[in-house]
Amino acid sequence: MSTTVRPRLRSQIGPKVSGRTLDEKWRRRLPLLPALLIMIALTQVPFVMSVYYSLTDWHVVPPGPREFVGFDNYQQLVHDHFFGDAIVVSIQLTVFGVLGAIVLGTAFALLLDRKFFGQGVVRTLLITPFLLMPVVVGLIWKNQMFHGLYGVLNWVIEKLGGTPVEFVSSHPTLSLIIVLIWQWTPFMMLIMLAGLQSQPGDVLEAAKVDGATPFSIFRQLTLSHLRPYMELGILLGTIYLIQLYDQIAVMTGGGPGSTNVPYYVFQKSIGGGWEFGQASSYSIVVVLASIVIATIALRVLSGLLKGEEIA
Amino acid sequence: MSQADAAVAVGERRWVNQVLGLLAWVTALLFFFPVFWMVLNSFKTEQDANASPKFFFTPTLDEYREVTKSTSGVLSFSEAYTNSIVIVLVSTLIVLLLAIPAAYALAIRPIHKWRDALFFFISTKFLPVVASILPVWILARNFDLLNTRMVLIILYLGVNLPLAIWMLRSFFQEVPHELIEAAEIDGASLWGQLRSIVLPLAAPGIAATALLCVIFAWNEFFYAVQLNPVDGSTVPIWVTTNISTRGDFLAKLSAASVLACIPVVLAGWIAQKRMIRGLAMGAIK
Repeated sequence: MSTTVRPRLRSQIGPKVSGRTLDEKWRRRLPLLPALLIMIALTQVPFVMSVYYSLTDWHVVPPGPREFVGFDNYQQLVHDHFFGDAIVVSIQLTVFGVLGAIVLGTAFALLLDRKFFGQGVVRTLLITPFLLMPVVVGLIWKNQMFHGLYGVLNWVIEKLGGTPVEFVSSHPTLSLIIVLIWQWTPFMMLIMLAGLQSQPGDVLEAAKVDGATPFSIFRQLTLSHLRPYMELGILLGTIYLIQLYDQIAVMTGGGPGSTNVPYYVFQKSIGGGWEFGQASSYSIVVVLASIVIATIALRVLSGLLKGEEIA
Repeated sequence: MSQADAAVAVGERRWVNQVLGLLAWVTALLFFFPVFWMVLNSFKTEQDANASPKFFFTPTLDEYREVTKSTSGVLSFSEAYTNSIVIVLVSTLIVLLLAIPAAYALAIRPIHKWRDALFFFISTKFLPVVASILPVWILARNFDLLNTRMVLIILYLGVNLPLAIWMLRSFFQEVPHELIEAAEIDGASLWGQLRSIVLPLAAPGIAATALLCVIFAWNEFFYAVQLNPVDGSTVPIWVTTNISTRGDFLAKLSAASVLACIPVVLAGWIAQKRMIRGLAMGAIK
């Protein structure tokens, strides 16, 4: 019976309903479209152009013809040990920078998550490095903290009886990592603080009543509650540090131990190399690597978004 | 637990609390030291700045005068500041105009696949800037946009739009649904709903979002130095012009750095709590 009735019903009501839902669908989508189209134009178009350039041999200065060479650039890339070095630097800066910042940031957040005299002032002092211009951060660390003659760090080292260190020129990677940790710790601290303050108080109270020690409360309740916040901090920190350019440009201007992949791509292209085809192939590799990281990261993130439905 | 035990426990806790508070203060002062030192150096003469660390000296405003005076042919302080202010304000305004309706479509009247759309916006932040700088540079050159304010206004849209949508979505979610439904029954249009309900209720969140956009755009260096090295240069580029290869420059650089950072540091201090709430809740709530 239903099979005979249904088609008739659909033919009577269907078009009107689906017409309305289609209209409704577009009415809902419309506010999103301008932003969506602009982001596609600003990010996807250049990306597709990059993919095309990476398959060509294109030397801009002195001007040469653009020739399609297929995967030649990618084959050369395997033999370019400078590129390999740049990958190692990128990984070191990102991994140590993010880990250092998340560990210190969590420690600072735990210190701040209690009432004490001048709590607001302490938090304000601690977040300041994150608000400074990255260029300024690089320059003041290089010229006033790391400086071989007048640097504050060397002054302290000498007072303690050590020998002065040429931080930036002898230990470029370490110097950059110190600067990155300093700038990103406040950001991690604020995220962890948001996490600590959203901890349900009644659960902690119940655990205390049950006689749990502060340490076991921290390990079993606080840490698991903080996990998504930690993941968010690591995710956002990684996105930014993998693209690091500013501090390298003003502190070392590249060189062994400080040229990361973005800086190398820059040097190969508009930074003086003018090998647009070759440089594009490097940047495509960066994108592929980022996609791998992003897939992992987005999975984490989607876990976070799903959690929202349960909560 | 006897009363004496309890008193001991409370006393012990207070003692621990005081030690931890002290530790927090010491940590904060040490951590803040490079900023403090930069400010101190900016009031020194070059002679005092380029010496073994000095805490006591005769303060002077000479270096501030030095960095703000304009010499023809050199990027001046007022020029860089004007460029930065125009670029940052215009791009942030456009970001909000685009992000508010988009966040509405993701949070309040969600489209069918809102999660995919949100992921697309976030995923654009994973594309390294270097991967796009060549085509962007070529396009900008072909459209005669190199060394113009316009090119940075457009690019900072791309930098901040995903972040703004992400944050605004989380703030919009807190707007009670009943209010929106009531307005809809009253026949309010999208603009009507935004103006009468969403915008007033989410105003603090929108302000925090705008501030974050301002901070990122103000501090941006890579696009600025690649595309606008000659004209339309912004404050970060001006800061780097205060390094000289000959002679001492630490006091001068410090004064320039203080001037470059002040607007954003003040804004960040004011908005610190709300900014991070928006960022953290965008993902977690």
